[in-house]
This record gives sequence, structure tokens and C-alpha cells, in this order.
Amino acid sequence: MPDLLIELFSEEIPARMQAQAADGLKKLVTDALVERGLLYEGAKAFVTPRRLALAVHGLPGRQADQREEKKGPRVGAPEGAIAGFLKSAGLASLDQASVQSDPKKGDFYVAVVEKPGRPTPEVIADIIPAIIRGFPWPKSMRWGSGSLRWVRPLHSIVATFGAEGDEPEVVRFEVDGIVSSNVTYGHRFLAPAPITVKRLDDWMAKLEAAKVVVDRDRRKDIILNDAKDLALANGLELVEDEGLLDEVAGLVEWPVVLMGAFEERFLDIPDEVIRATIRANQKCFVLKNPATGRLANRFLLISNLVASDGGAAIVAGNERVIRARLSDAKFFWDTDRVNGLESRMPRFQSITFHEKLGSQAERIERIRRLAVEIAPKVGAQPALAEEAALYAKADLLTEVVGEFPELQGLMGRYYAQDENLPPEVAAACEEHYKPQGPGDRVPTAPVSIAVALADKIDTLVGFWAIDEKPTGSKDPYALRRAALGVIRIVLENGLRIRLWSILRNRAIEVLQTIKQLPFEEAIDSISALPPDIRTLKGVQAAEDELLFKFASSGLRLTVFGEAVKIADDLLSFFADRLKVHLREHGARHDLVDAVFALEGQDDLFLLVERMTALARFLETEDGKTLLAGYRRAVNILRIEEKKDGRAFTGPTNAALLKEPAEERLADAIEQVKRRVATAVAAEDFETAMTALADLRAPVDAFFDAVTVNDPDPALRENRLKLLDEIRAATRGIADFDRIGG
Amino acid sequence: MIDPALPAHMRPDRSFQALLLTLQRFWADQGCVVLQPYDMEVGAGTFHPATTLRALGPKPWKAAYVQPSRRPKDGRYGENPNRLQHYYQFQVILKPSPDNLQELYLKSLQAIGVDLGLHDVRFVEDDWESPTLGAWGLGWECWCDGMEVSQFTYFQQVAGIECAPVSGELTYGLERLAMYVQGVENVYDLNFNGREGAEKISYGDVFLQAEQEYSRHNFEAADTEMLLEQFRMAEKACHKYLAFGDKGERHEMALPAYDQCIKASHVFNLLDARGVISVTERQSYILRVRELAKACGAAWLKTAAGGAA
Repeated sequence: MPDLLIELFSEEIPARMQAQAADGLKKLVTDALVERGLLYEGAKAFVTPRRLALAVHGLPGRQADQREEKKGPRVGAPEGAIAGFLKSAGLASLDQASVQSDPKKGDFYVAVVEKPGRPTPEVIADIIPAIIRGFPWPKSMRWGSGSLRWVRPLHSIVATFGAEGDEPEVVRFEVDGIVSSNVTYGHRFLAPAPITVKRLDDWMAKLEAAKVVVDRDRRKDIILNDAKDLALANGLELVEDEGLLDEVAGLVEWPVVLMGAFEERFLDIPDEVIRATIRANQKCFVLKNPATGRLANRFLLISNLVASDGGAAIVAGNERVIRARLSDAKFFWDTDRVNGLESRMPRFQSITFHEKLGSQAERIERIRRLAVEIAPKVGAQPALAEEAALYAKADLLTEVVGEFPELQGLMGRYYAQDENLPPEVAAACEEHYKPQGPGDRVPTAPVSIAVALADKIDTLVGFWAIDEKPTGSKDPYALRRAALGVIRIVLENGLRIRLWSILRNRAIEVLQTIKQLPFEEAIDSISALPPDIRTLKGVQAAEDELLFKFASSGLRLTVFGEAVKIADDLLSFFADRLKVHLREHGARHDLVDAVFALEGQDDLFLLVERMTALARFLETEDGKTLLAGYRRAVNILRIEEKKDGRAFTGPTNAALLKEPAEERLADAIEQVKRRVATAVAAEDFETAMTALADLRAPVDAFFDAVTVNDPDPALRENRLKLLDEIRAATRGIADFDRIGG
Repeated sequence: MIDPALPAHMRPDRSFQALLLTLQRFWADQGCVVLQPYDMEVGAGTFHPATTLRALGPKPWKAAYVQPSRRPKDGRYGENPNRLQHYYQFQVILKPSPDNLQELYLKSLQAIGVDLGLHDVRFVEDDWESPTLGAWGLGWECWCDGMEVSQFTYFQQVAGIECAPVSGELTYGLERLAMYVQGVENVYDLNFNGREGAEKISYGDVFLQAEQEYSRHNFEAADTEMLLEQFRMAEKACHKYLAFGDKGERHEMALPAYDQCIKASHVFNLLDARGVISVTERQSYILRVRELAKACGAAWLKTAAGGAA
């Protein structure tokens, strides 16, 4: 079976686009082949900075012939219909059509259209130009006077087709003046002459001889192995970096690993800064001294050249640049420490955090207040949390972070340590950004926790208040990540925090920033607000004095209403994120819903405890049977309530409890309700579930012995009310209606 | 290879001015019009009308020139070995971009003494965009042994107008390149005239005092009230000249109008260096300059050089 080889030779393709382009070419070409009936045995794509290539193995020499029957009009149909049929089927006259009989429709004409399969190269010659023209580069361009778009100017195309042992033919086509051939070119500097190629193996071997390693994975292996060997030979250890490896493999066709050095004095700079400097600007690897675990004053560069002097000039050149870069970094590091973090704080006043959310200074002030509020709940000293919140963002204005934003937080820690700030404060500078993603560590130190929660909650409330919530795949402010961060910090540290009132109070503050209402006095009134008050009436009821404070501080009551809405909405966002988080850990999301459906559930830790206990209970025989009984009760209720157009709620009338089974059930409900309430109040969900289990037997017995729809309307009503009491009893635990399965 | 017939002081690896002359000579041999710097303050060689305006329209164009470039914010009072608020760019523009533009570029490096068998030259992705000019293109920064020595761009859009044909633009950072070929670590140590001993003039001899004085000017003294007024005046004048020259199908004053756009852009850079423009204002100033650039580009297309019939 013949093979196809395609190579698209161009000017340098950006490293970050190469892997995706190779996958894209493979998929587009093979899909197009299959669509045209050309099945293949295997395909592999290749990519280097200057070429994108694909080998498709085991293709048929031509498409299979196709035979198609076209039904036409019935015999004796009007002339127009017959003419249309002949035209569409490509027939000259009715003699070329046959007649078929159908018991229902009678006789009608049929045309048999034979479509001979085309030779595969012809099909390929159709497919490839279209794929080139529509190739999905993230960014493409035109050049010269042409109109073709490619990632960078496309220069030549190899397209060969043939079976092993045969001289393959060139698949002839043309795209914007570029004519396909069997000629390619080697390494830009080491072997630039044209090379005639045949099939995949020949192409690979000849390019290898022309100093081009076409397989990206092999280039990566070469770089990694040579880098490790060279490090080892010098008694050092390579600091591996997958992202960097991917990038440099896309910058060279013939990787040559060389080692350079920089002055020891630069090792005063923190390792992370050295690494960021060398990596970001020079795309070089750094090396570790295995004895100390710290960086060595060496680096590895990946050159694209076998230089005639063994690489001495290349190393010298790179060393010069790295020296200059490290001088800059050292200058930044030194200047940053001359002026303390504190000196930077005033500048935050003139830096906008977000156009609608005020300055960074305002944001830091909000975080500070929130961190102080949260501190006692997480076991942190408020004074330390306050200090940490003040300094946590200060490194954003340092030179090093200006240069390497990815070092934010870490640099704050270094500078805080350098200024002898309390160790808790230094740690919080770094850790308050955590967790950055699902795999990142969660802070555990109380002060770090207080600032981390304050930072994330302020972000969430802020963007909620200006209606910049995440939608679909769009989450430009990483709000999902922030919410997940809060959830993980709370759950993994077993923290007990009521979220709702925190969210509401933050929303009031943020709305004040947005609406530019006077600030200071209102803060007092917020902290005086009873935590669960949700309505203005509630405020009024709380205290006249409070209301007076509200009014005199200029805090408009509508702001309060808005804040309540934001808190509610944000809490349900937390519920959604919690569901996703728990589902990823194998929990049932319907149980999250069942628990969240209860009023006032805003303590995430407790919520998960409750849910876990419920999940365990529902696994037991008692749980399953009780759930079945519950559903039976609710079904009957639903039907009867619909029938009567009314709800049956409220206490039963003891005098109307005639059957022993209903009496026993009523008793059991009373007891279980009480026991569940006590256990839940004590946050002892296991005991609450045990209590609930005691409902199972009386419920079963009730359904066995009692007819709910008694002819006596008074008895019927009382029994329906009893069914509703079952529902009420379970409500202490969760909304059983929302339990699925 | 450096021309062996050159006297020592004319060797591009010994003299800053010789480097510049070598590049001029090289591109003159490729058929470029060798122009002199534009006589206005600009932030980059791209602002020269020989690039911005000539990149627009259907007419072929090949030009090369040195352009002194001013970046007020990059001033370091002469104390940083690499950063300058005034430096030289060598600019080449070829329209349409020829198929062998990369090869030509590499030959120009050889001409100034970069041995391609010894040095690792790389084309590393770098998309170019000038928000003030409403321009963007794709290309690379060109690395020599890990140092960026040039920008290489295929213009896709200038002044908000699609470029067809596409121009290829090369921008050499002359000081950097000279530091590299001369093997010097501090820009002020560059040999400017290629002479030795008493006759030697260094880059510092020529520019150090200017860097110190202009840094003071840019950061401390530039009269912001005057500059704010100048910005408004330039903007107004640009619109006025555009209106004056507009004759329907034709335009008769695109170039003078564009001068005012250049002026506004430089004044904005000065204001920015003085720190009197807030983040939000910054964006709106950029947009205002872009509007001027776009209007000038549209006017240019209605001139003879812009390809109007």
C-alpha cells in the first residue's frame, strides 16, 4: 500500500504553535481522506521551526468505484418532469434509464449513475491546497504580493505518493504560485542546499544528514539527555522545566547543548529571580548544586548550530547577555531593599485596581478590615493579620515583580523577611495567593489563611457588585478559582465560618466604593449589623438607633438591599463550585443540593459534614427504606393536595388519631423531630441520622395498617397532615425532595 | 564577511559610524533608496513617513535610513550601560516583501562582521503592534547568541488600513549591534569614529552629556502645561490640514498633516515620562493619536504616492 508524504516548508513558525499545528494537519488531512473513502493504516505528523510535515501510511492507490441509483418520475409523467430527471442524472435520453415497478406507485424510471473511483494522488491534490488555505493558525499573515495566509511566509511544498520500493510520484498541485515537488532544504546554516526526497524514511534520513531532527519529541529527548549529561559531568543537577523544554525544542532544528557561567556574586540574588531572569529572557536552563540544593553559577543554552569553534563564541555571547540581565536583576533586588515595602504603599492610591472598583489602596483597605474580622474565626491574631494584609500586596510595586510578575508573593516574602517583619507576616505575603489551582497547596498558617480568605472574598464580591461574573468559558478575573480557593481553605483546614453575613457586609463596602458614598462612619454601622438580617424590616426591627446611624452615615437603604442580593447570589455560586469540587472527589451533587436547600446554610464545613453523614445514612437499609417511605408519603400528599387545591400542613389533631399505627407514627415524629433538632444544634449529624432511622419502622407500619384516604373527611385530613409531618421531620436534616437516585 | 579592503577606521566592528555606513551601503546595493533621518522627533524608525505612509497603497517601495529615536521614559541619566532615551535605529522597508528577505537580512549581518558559522542566529516569535499608529504585523526578534539585535516584521495593517502588498520591515538596534561586534559592555564605551588614541571619539563623548541633560528634562523639567497645550494644538492642526487638503477623490496635504500626528505622539511620550498621565487617560491619548494616524493614512491613499489614479 502506498504512503503519502507532505512537507510544508516555511519561515520560522512560533514555538508555541508548533505542536498544535502538527496535530491539526494530521487531523485535517486524515479526516479529508476518510471522508473521500480513502482509509489509511497510520499517520504521523512532524514539526520543526521551519517545517510542518505529515506521513500517511497504507493508503489505497485509488478510490473504490461507486454506483448510485437515482429514482425518477413515473412512466408517463409530464415532459417537464422527465427532462428535469434526465438533466439531473446526466442522461441523454430515456433509453439510458431503466424502468422499475412498484406495487403502490406503479412503473417509474431509474437512472444508474456509475461513479468511477479516482486515483488517490488526484484526490490528495484537491484536498491539500484547500487545507493549506483554511489552516487554523492562531494568527496568520500575508506576505509579498500574494493573498495566501500562513503563519509566516510559506516557501515550498513536498508532496510524494508511492509504495515501498517504488519511485514515488510527486502529487502535483499549486497554491498561490507555490508548486508542489519533491525538493526540500536542510538546516538554515549547516546544510541549506536543496535535497530531493522520496518517502518518509528517505525524507527523515536525508534531513537528519542535513542537520534537521524532524521529530519534535526526539529533539526534546536529545535536549533533555544532553543537558542532564552535561550537568552531571560538571557535578551539577539540571533544574528540569517542561515548559521551557517544549519551547526550546521549537526553536531549533539541530539542538546543541552548551554550558555557560556567570559571576558568583550574582548568587546573592534569590534563586527564583535568577531562574526567572535566565528563563524568561534567554530561554536557558539553570543548574543546581546537589550539595547545597541552591543554584550554581552555570546555565545551559540550547543552540541551533554546530559552530566551527565548538561553540565558544556562542557561549561568550550568551554569557554577556545573561550578565547584563543579572546585573539588572541584582540592581532591582538591591534597590527594592533600600526602600522598604512601607514606602511603596502611598503609590497604591494612584493605581487603579479596576476602573469601577477604585484604587489598589481602597482594595487593600478592604482586605485589611476583612482580614481583621476573619482572624479570630481562624485562630489568627488580629494585629498580625492586619499587618500581613497591609504588606501582602506591597511587592507588586517592587522592581523585581515589575519585571517578573510571576514572582509576586514570593518576593513579598523575601522583602518582608529582609525587613524583619514577623515571620507570620512574611509567610502570608507569599501564601495569601494560594491555592492557585486545584493542584496547589492550601495555606495552613492562621495569618495566611485570614489574608488569603480576605483577598479572595473581596475579589469575588467586587466583581459580583459590578456584574462581571464568569459566563461559560469566560472567566477573565479567575473568579471560579477564587471561590474554589475559599472552599478548599475552609474545608481542608476545618474552618467554621458563616459566609453570608461576611459577603453581605463586604458587598455594602464595595458598593460604597462604587457609588462613592462616604465611608468611615458607615463601617461602624456595618459592624453593628446583626449577622443574619436580610431585610430592611429586619434592620428596622433590630434597633432604631442602628437605622439612625445608617441614615446619618449616608448609607442608602437601597444599598443594603443590593448587598443582600449580591450575598445571596454569591452564596449560590459557592454552592455550585462546592458541587463541582465535591463531584470531583466522588461525592453526590444531589446531596449538596438537598442540604443547600435548607434555609441559612452558609457554613461550608458544616454543610459537608451534614452531607457526608446523610450520604452514609442513605447507604444503610434504614436510610433506603425511609427514603422510599418518604417518597410514598410525598406522592400521596401531592396528589391529594392537587385534588383539593390546598396544602395540608400544621399539627395533627391527637383526638383524630384512631389507629394505633398512626398514633405510634405521630409519637415517633414528635420524638424524632426533637432528637434531630438537639443533635443538629450540637452539630452531631451521626446522632441526628440515628434518630431519623427510628422513623423507618413507624412509617412502614403506618402504610401497612392505615388507609390515608378514609371516607371520613376529618380523618383523611388529619392523616394527610401526618404525612406532611414526616416531611417536616426530615427537613431538620435536608430537603429529601432533592435527593436523586 | 567584512570587506578586507576597508581601512581600519572604516571597519564595522571597530567603529559605530562605519557599522552604519556598511548597512547603508549594503541596502543601497539591494536597490534601496537611502534616505536621511526624518527631521522630527519620533519614537521609532517606523514613524518616518517613508515607512508609515509608504507601507500603504499598491506602489512598490524600497528604502533604508538611520532614524534617531526618542524614548523619553528610557532615560537613565547616562548611568545605565544599555538604556538610552535617544538612540539610533537602522530601518529597512521593502514593499512588496521579497521571498528572500531572511537571506538578505542574514547577508547584512555578515557584512557587518557576524560570522554565521560561529554565531547562533535565531528568529524568535515576536508580534509587533503599535497602538498609536493603528499598526500590527507578524515576525520575529532576531537573536544573535541570545541577544536581540533586530526586529523583523511583515506589516499586516498600518493606520488601520490593510497592507496590500505587504511590506517587510527590518529594524536594527544600532547601539546593541555595535556593542556586540565591538565587544563592548557599556554603550558609552563604543568607538564612534574608529580612530585610536587621541583621535578616538567614543559614544560617550558624543552623547553622555545629552543623556544626562535630556533625562533631567524628560523626568523633571519638561513644561507639562506647555506640552498639554502642544498636544491639543498638534491634534487640532492635524485635523485642520486634513480638512484643507481634502479635495474629495484626491488629497493634497497628507504629509503636513501626518507631521502633526508625529508631533502629537512625541508630546504624548514626554507627558507620559513626566508621569502626568493616569492609566485611564493614557489609553484615551493613545486612541487620539491613533485617530490622527488613521485619518492621515486614509488621506495618503488619495495621493499620487499613495496610488491614487
